Amino acid sequence: MSYHKPKFKEKYGNFINGKFVDPVDGEYFENTSPVDNTLIAKYPRSQKADVENAVDAANAAKEAWGNTSAAERAALLNKVADIIEANLEEFALVETCDNGKPIRETINADVPLSVDHWRYFAAVIRAEEGSATELDANTLSMNIKEPLGVIAQIIPWNFPLLMLSWKLPPALAAGNCVVLKPAEQTPSSATLLMEMIADVFPPGVVNVIHGFGPEAGKPLASSPKVDKVAFTGETTTGQLIMQYASKNLNPVTMELGGKSPNVFFNSVMDEDDAFLDKAIEGAVLFAFNQGEVCTCPSRLLVQEDIYDKFMERVIARTKAIVQNNPYDVACQVGAQASNDQYEKILSYISIGKEDGAKVLAGGEASKLEGDFANGFYIQPTILEGHNKMRVFQEEIFGPVVCVTKFKDEAEAIEIANDTLYGLGAGVWTRDAHQLYQIPRAIKAGRVWVNCYHAYPAHAPFGGYKKSGFGRENHLMMMNYYRQTKNMLISYDKNKLGFF
Amino acid sequence: MERVAITERAIALVKQLQEKHGELIFHQSGGCCDGSSPMIFEKEDMYLDDSDVLLGELAGINYYMNRDQFEYWKHTHLTIDITAGRGSSFSLEIPLGFRFIIHSRMLSEEENAALNPA
Repeated sequence: MSYHKPKFKEKYGNFINGKFVDPVDGEYFENTSPVDNTLIAKYPRSQKADVENAVDAANAAKEAWGNTSAAERAALLNKVADIIEANLEEFALVETCDNGKPIRETINADVPLSVDHWRYFAAVIRAEEGSATELDANTLSMNIKEPLGVIAQIIPWNFPLLMLSWKLPPALAAGNCVVLKPAEQTPSSATLLMEMIADVFPPGVVNVIHGFGPEAGKPLASSPKVDKVAFTGETTTGQLIMQYASKNLNPVTMELGGKSPNVFFNSVMDEDDAFLDKAIEGAVLFAFNQGEVCTCPSRLLVQEDIYDKFMERVIARTKAIVQNNPYDVACQVGAQASNDQYEKILSYISIGKEDGAKVLAGGEASKLEGDFANGFYIQPTILEGHNKMRVFQEEIFGPVVCVTKFKDEAEAIEIANDTLYGLGAGVWTRDAHQLYQIPRAIKAGRVWVNCYHAYPAHAPFGGYKKSGFGRENHLMMMNYYRQTKNMLISYDKNKLGFF
Repeated sequence: MERVAITERAIALVKQLQEKHGELIFHQSGGCCDGSSPMIFEKEDMYLDDSDVLLGELAGINYYMNRDQFEYWKHTHLTIDITAGRGSSFSLEIPLGFRFIIHSRMLSEEENAALNPA
């Protein structure tokens, strides 16, 4: 069964103050689909003036929104969840068209997970409380959580609707207004969402601005009228955003990618059972979402005494991956999100080969036929080498895994930590001691143990080292979008006696 | 002997950007999404210090990389080129519909001895 490219309007506006508006200077850019390199629609090429309008609208709305009750905010967040859920297939199609990922994933992962994140934060704010402590018989310390005000959010193109749904609900739940800039490669699902929820929030609470990083992203990140910037992307832009934030003394959170190790100890092959089958799949998850995941398990570490047998099965499973028309429900790996990503990935495969890495599977572009011949497809690729090679150290952001062997636990930990990054990691073993000790020794914010690529709303996610700081998801994320107001109250009628 | 080079068409794009923005630098990014790409900024935009290594000068502008990233890259020769496409960083060429991209090769033994003396 196969779906088809959805219908779009000729052009769309920015969503500011509850309405779709044209960009101030009337310029648009063309957004294309990586599935077949055809036009999707035109989106605003916003400039500083558009950003300022959105930031002003958010500032005008922040006081009233910040004073709404948790019950009111939760009800609206739940309403958004219901709207996305009721239109699941339409969102899935738009996402596949704009990003290139298989329809199987958008229907079963991106969109339902997005729904759940809205519901999670709607639920969280009904259950949580501030705190009060009696410091002594006459002194009460009360902690009240207050919103920061206006949040700027800059999100990536690899999971457009899901990354929006990671960032928007907690900021809104905490009582903030938001100006969100989707990546210019994938503006469509955010726009569809704004069309569907245009009347849900009071005007100015949610604003979406389209455009290019240097023209729209930079003025948003450096605006003195925003109170916090949340960013997902790469290190150089992360550094720039922190610089701009330093001028405004604003807090930031950064999610900047990784080079995540996926470590397989020899006990996984003690039995040929369901768990081994799960472990093999776990190794092949590097190809999930075309490898365009900041936690892509792109370094595969396998204990040397099982290496040959284990890799034989990983290679066979990788070669069995179905790569075809992303609208086909059978498609497992779709198109890379853009031409420049496609070129970059091929360039990395070539430097890997030149550096002496051996190609165990794939290693080339994938040529599809008919309408899809102009899309950006790359074969799931396994490169065998050592951890000092550049392909083991740099984020390729494609369906490419680099595999190497290790001797024992100490060497596994050493290789796993020999990276600039620390976002995700996987540990696979049947040994009860390793199950706890190895994840504790790996310097990464999320270690999947006997699983990989699960992203429940109720588990905190974020990086160590150059992968950034701050956390997303989970109740604790609320505190990245809030201030603590401490009220220190004296019930003592007597003076201090100082003066 | 140089660590870095630039193609003619990339030089043409740099010149176009210089006319509009004045003095520029390249900075090599790492990490996810649009990472692992050279980015071009106005010279004063990015704070640079001892943690940034100057890889060389191309088309009259300096090309920097963070020092800890350089440790993994120092055995490679980089050529800056352009490709059609659209990144989502703050790099100045993005509105023009191009991205700077690097092509890499391993340094020869002779180059390595000269550029990375033991």
